[in-house]
Amino acid sequence: MKETHYSSQQQSSPPQTDLSKRKWIGGAAALVALSPGLRLVELAAAKPNDQPASSAVRWGMLVDTERCTDSCTACVDACQLENGWGKGSTDESRSRATQKAHWIRKVKLRDRETGKTHILPLFCQHCENPPCVDVCPTGASFKRADGIVLVDKHICIGCRYCMMACPYKARSFIHEALHDQRVLVPRGKGTVESCTFCVQRVDRGEQPACVEACAKLGNKALTFGDLSDPESAIAKQRTEVTSRAIRADLALNPRVRYQGI
Amino acid sequence: MKMAGKTAGSTRSAGVQVTFLHRLVLYVMLLAMVSLVRAAVPVPDIPLPQDAKQCVQPKSIMRREHFNFLYHQRDETMRRGIRTKRYSLVNCVSCHAQKDAKQQYIPINEKGQFCSSCHEYTAVKIDCFECHATVPVSKSAGQ
Repeated sequence: MKETHYSSQQQSSPPQTDLSKRKWIGGAAALVALSPGLRLVELAAAKPNDQPASSAVRWGMLVDTERCTDSCTACVDACQLENGWGKGSTDESRSRATQKAHWIRKVKLRDRETGKTHILPLFCQHCENPPCVDVCPTGASFKRADGIVLVDKHICIGCRYCMMACPYKARSFIHEALHDQRVLVPRGKGTVESCTFCVQRVDRGEQPACVEACAKLGNKALTFGDLSDPESAIAKQRTEVTSRAIRADLALNPRVRYQGI
Repeated sequence: MKMAGKTAGSTRSAGVQVTFLHRLVLYVMLLAMVSLVRAAVPVPDIPLPQDAKQCVQPKSIMRREHFNFLYHQRDETMRRGIRTKRYSLVNCVSCHAQKDAKQQYIPINEKGQFCSSCHEYTAVKIDCFECHATVPVSKSAGQ
């Protein structure tokens, strides 16, 4: 088990960093062996600042639509405050409502026959085969080693091909100059953006803001974790319940799955 | 013949004198211009951080290389998720941002502040702050 772990690490990185990584992962493995209550996902989540995101981790989200209610906007509000858009910003005042940033939206689905409705939060699905990355002409859209799909705004030219390619309508474009960005969430005019799984929080071992807010309210409709770790809450839950990918027919293998639809 | 020779000699010496005078006038004008330019664009008085005594590298290296450090760090952080503090822009801002009389942070790209004063003097545009926060703490709640 340990050996396969090491060899997969070795393939993806140069030998020098490999040594330090080996040490780190070795240490993590030892810790797991020492304390049975401790899970590898937590150790992997508390990634040291000088270590790159690891391909051994595969971040994912599971949404329980049965627990999500129509009136609640806790996840959207938390995202806006954390990432500085919508209510979290005073800058996007001249854009039309349809133009404004939407990192996360609440979507209502209704069964035409029975009239049964489902409420679900929709955001970047962090696909394994992201079409936004395929179409990006500059390489600004990319997938990090741990599966998080991001926009490198340094090289984004604002062409918005990715917005057209995304079947989930997850991305938005900034139309006006911004001034009150969050310290760890740079955003700017002329670039495209979308949910980052709160990468700044994930890198310091925390849960995304929406997940935390939902849990705080007691709804617990959102579960976030490492899909590669069979011991993680999300992986266990996915073996127990039926969950679906939205637009599974496109074979994008999104890392966000929905339960109850 | 004699007259002609004398005339030729005096013309030559007069010519030499004129050239020397020309040079002198040129030097004086140049000096005046340089001093005028210096008077028009004073070397910026850069506000320095009060808490920290030294930067992450000696001043001479930072002056020439700070953008290389930032470029390198930006790709490491953005693409690979390496978030070391040393060469991060957040670290620059957290140290170099000044506070006003009300103890509120002044945006680092505002006129006369650390980044802008030097960049204005050297006429190099910075576009970091079209996206990045200009103060070390977020203006509204969240972080």
